[in-house]
Amino acid sequence: MQERFDVIVVGAGPAGNAAAYTLASAGMSVLQIERGETPGSKNVQGAILYADALERIIPTFRDDAPLERYLIEQRFWMLTDDAYIGSNYRSAAFNRPPYNRYTIVRAQFDRWFSGKVQQAGGLVICETTVRELIFDGERVVGVHTDREGGAIYADLVILADGVNSTLARKAGFHAELQPKDVALAVKETLFLAPEVIEQRFGLQGEEGVAIEMTGAITHGMVGTGFLYTNRDTLTIGIGCLLSNFVQQKIPPYELLERMKAHPAIQPLLAGAELKEYVAHLIPEGGYNAVPRLYGHGWMIAGDSAGLVNSVHREGSNLAMTSGRLAAETAIALREADRPFTAENLSRYRRRLDDSFVMKDLKKYRRLPATLHENPQFFTTYPGMMNAAMHEFITVDGTDKKSKEKAIRRSLGERRGWFGLVGDAFKLWRAFE
Amino acid sequence: MTQVNVEEKLFQNRYRVDAGRPHISIRDLDVCRSQCTTQQCTSCCPAGCYTAEGNGAVTLITDGCLECGTCRVICTEFHNVDWEYPRGGFGVLFKFG
Repeated sequence: MQERFDVIVVGAGPAGNAAAYTLASAGMSVLQIERGETPGSKNVQGAILYADALERIIPTFRDDAPLERYLIEQRFWMLTDDAYIGSNYRSAAFNRPPYNRYTIVRAQFDRWFSGKVQQAGGLVICETTVRELIFDGERVVGVHTDREGGAIYADLVILADGVNSTLARKAGFHAELQPKDVALAVKETLFLAPEVIEQRFGLQGEEGVAIEMTGAITHGMVGTGFLYTNRDTLTIGIGCLLSNFVQQKIPPYELLERMKAHPAIQPLLAGAELKEYVAHLIPEGGYNAVPRLYGHGWMIAGDSAGLVNSVHREGSNLAMTSGRLAAETAIALREADRPFTAENLSRYRRRLDDSFVMKDLKKYRRLPATLHENPQFFTTYPGMMNAAMHEFITVDGTDKKSKEKAIRRSLGERRGWFGLVGDAFKLWRAFE
Repeated sequence: MTQVNVEEKLFQNRYRVDAGRPHISIRDLDVCRSQCTTQQCTSCCPAGCYTAEGNGAVTLITDGCLECGTCRVICTEFHNVDWEYPRGGFGVLFKFG
């Protein structure tokens, strides 16, 4: 094997694949190193793919990418222990190609994406764990792997090694993750015959639905649950802040099992057969937790850089976009015959700042702290909304005016009028 | 609600265990036993790899590890978890992910 490359990319997830593909397509020599047996075999996501970010990298991806179902409907549920109130949005507009969002199975999708990297001329080696970066002074000049004689050199290393980013921590590029800045999600993939999925969720052909959930399922913790339809599987998962798990002491698998037993969810899963159980950390610290993104001879992208928009449940699109922008930064510098110094690579940060990635993270910069300090958004409010709806639609001989009064009184009792106004202000501040 | 058996879930997963070379270890067992009063790893690990023994000790068996990183991140007081990824090709191998 050639021992020197223009660029080494660590990791074959969305960020790493986007970077490696973009670099290889521009004719740069790229080595991509993946620790899994195949690209994708270590990677976990819900998973929803937003077409736009991938389209900007591989415009024809729909021709051969392994996509499960395109989403025509989004449901938001707020649950109590035995009820939910929610909204559904389904539109025929989502039923016209080119489709906007898809469910995917990451093990298959990442493998496909990696195939594209190889077709573009990138060299991909699997079953190889990068143990640490090699420095020459302050400059990153290569990586040590767990293969024999495992030192490999490059002008630039792009870290796309995922949320735990052992490499960045060892190198001191960023500190250890804080339990309040990261969510732990657990998920199951369950087999269910396609025709049953279609009947149960009101779907035809390759249509799909996504359900996002909040409320009692998280037992007071800051978090959300989800249920997605794949072609012949369902994925159901729940994620909460790690700092909350530490306090609550509910084992994550128990939380998931309780959620699956909820009277609104259990019928949707009836007869489905467990195929896999996974767990994953999601960086949710947002804008204020984003570490340094570049230095002499290195850039960092995707989850390893904490680039996740937890409000909108977006991560892989930020990963792909950051991977692409890192690659484009490197390509532009190479074309201008300029070295990969920290100063020159600072253009990566500027490109990110100019993109939706940092703009969206910045918009919600106050939200992580707001939610962390105000658990009532996950406890009191779902209960209030459900109780109000229950009162509103139950016909029991009470006149409507008395019912409205009862609802208003209940809202005031549960949170207090000052609390309600204060909460509205806090949310407005966090979302403005 | 009955106790959930996480092993039944993990049984569905594919693993290539690096026998005799666990990728995570407890640095000082005595810290868990005599200093850590919370032992949050025993409730937070999504694969149930950490067990609180009756005598106050914590034992770790990494065979079912999902490589999420939780145990390392939550050991905030004593930083007593030595955490690496498994050797290339070993550990959990997701079929779906």
